[in-house]
Amino acid sequence: MRAIDARGIAALVCLTALALVPVIAAAADAPFYVGLFARVMIFAIAALSLDLILGYGGLVSFGHAAYLGIGAYAVAILSFHGVTNGFVHFAAALAAAAVAALVIGIVSLRTSGVYFIMITLAFGQMVYYLGISLNQYGGDDGLSIGRPSDFGGLVDLADPTILYYFVLACLALFLCLGGRAVRSRFGVLLQGVRSNERRMVALGFPVFRYKLAAFVIAGAVCGVAGALFANLTLFVSPGIMHWTRSGEIMMMVILGGIGTLLGPVLGAAVYLLLESVLSRWSEHWQAILGPLLIIVVLFSKSGLMGLIRAPRPPHG
Amino acid sequence: MVEPLLATSGLTKRFGGLVAANDVALGVEPGEIHAVIGPNGAGKTTLIAALAGELRPDAGTIRFAGTDISRLGPARRAALGIARSFQITSIFREFTALDNVALAVQAHAGHSFRFWRPAQGDARLREPARAALAEIGLADRADMPAAALSHGEKRALELAMVLATRPRLLLLDEPTAGMGPADSADIVRLLAGLKGRLAIVLVEHDMDAVFALADRVTVMVYGRIIATGLPEAIRADAQVRRAYLGEEDS
Repeated sequence: MRAIDARGIAALVCLTALALVPVIAAAADAPFYVGLFARVMIFAIAALSLDLILGYGGLVSFGHAAYLGIGAYAVAILSFHGVTNGFVHFAAALAAAAVAALVIGIVSLRTSGVYFIMITLAFGQMVYYLGISLNQYGGDDGLSIGRPSDFGGLVDLADPTILYYFVLACLALFLCLGGRAVRSRFGVLLQGVRSNERRMVALGFPVFRYKLAAFVIAGAVCGVAGALFANLTLFVSPGIMHWTRSGEIMMMVILGGIGTLLGPVLGAAVYLLLESVLSRWSEHWQAILGPLLIIVVLFSKSGLMGLIRAPRPPHG
Repeated sequence: MVEPLLATSGLTKRFGGLVAANDVALGVEPGEIHAVIGPNGAGKTTLIAALAGELRPDAGTIRFAGTDISRLGPARRAALGIARSFQITSIFREFTALDNVALAVQAHAGHSFRFWRPAQGDARLREPARAALAEIGLADRADMPAAALSHGEKRALELAMVLATRPRLLLLDEPTAGMGPADSADIVRLLAGLKGRLAIVLVEHDMDAVFALADRVTVMVYGRIIATGLPEAIRADAQVRRAYLGEEDS
């Protein structure tokens, strides 16, 4: 039980620190950081959703940016047609990403290993080119969003600080739900699939339906991240779905710590902050990130999370 | 006559030109330990895989407890009560011994679309798992990672897992493989204790274990069953001795 408490405390510390960002940014007169950290948290949600299937389920999905894009496009396209209701926006983003994940999952999950990686990559690129072909919605150039999702008088996402806390609340919610899910029967089952799928089948688990469920949940959560991203940037383009973006999300997971909940959050923060700092010096900032990633992976099986804490029990 | 618990007829599996199982008719009675012996490459593991549903036979039917299961996948067959151990121990190495068995219990405790309650605090999974570990003599290893167990303990853990699913038929593919004599004897004692509670198809190379445990013995050579009978009869069968035990007629 103590380990669970420690994890809960770590999450609370992390969320509290994030909650202080707008205050500090205001005091330091650097509003830029509010947007940057909102971006960090959005990618943290995306990375968290990927880690559910990648880290806990052992499903190396290389097309995760597709769901980010689908969620973002759901908001942009609805806005384009004059639908501004935020509840509709987020419900549509979640549903569209879930349906896409269902279809992609039904096909992809019939394969495994490197074939699964390639087929999810191929699906991701298909969605990317679908985005480019949407000439009505800007095609290659993307689509601007007039104003953010409208939640009536409830929350005003046009205010950067309110948007920031809205994103933070979403992250906290998904961390909490994720924390329950990975230790539930479903979560333990997923970890069993990662550890030894053949044994799971021989024990009598119909693993396909559970893997598909995890795949759809991950896609849906990433769709929500996409809707948040659309609200932050008020612009979407197919670039958000490019396979290199899927790679970035995967790097965040691996950098932070595969199979952990806070790892993806940490990974997203380190990745995007490094990008922000280093890209001011050089456009070849990834030349510095690359070796860093290699060092982290070489020295720790569970990324930065593995470096900053003691070895963990298997159900971390 | 009552229908046997498991009955195959005409079971055939080819791998290219090789006929690994050729027109196999095997019957297993409830509660019996039925050993399948034969030289390497006789098709014993193929037979186990076909019974478990991991391999689709090219021809023939498999009936279990009165229903045709020939077309069911391995998970469905496991759900019906057919459990198996593997020649190479198949466990969840990163999990503790107790978590291994708890997951086995979970496989037969309804669906797993349960997202909220922690599985590790669930007495409906933990209690039967602890009982199964105790029965197999691994109670003091409950919280150890499975990867850290000795080879013999890992084999025993896999047995605890399959027993925790409360099967009606157990398919054991060389349960004493790679074990020293002491560990091997433990497994034999354990299996002897199960006698009568469930049916076991036992593939084994250790003839001492086979003749200590089996109620009936089936001999396979080149994918074919050449004899089935009581252990004493098999031991005395001239054809078996010639084909398998490697003895000259005397």
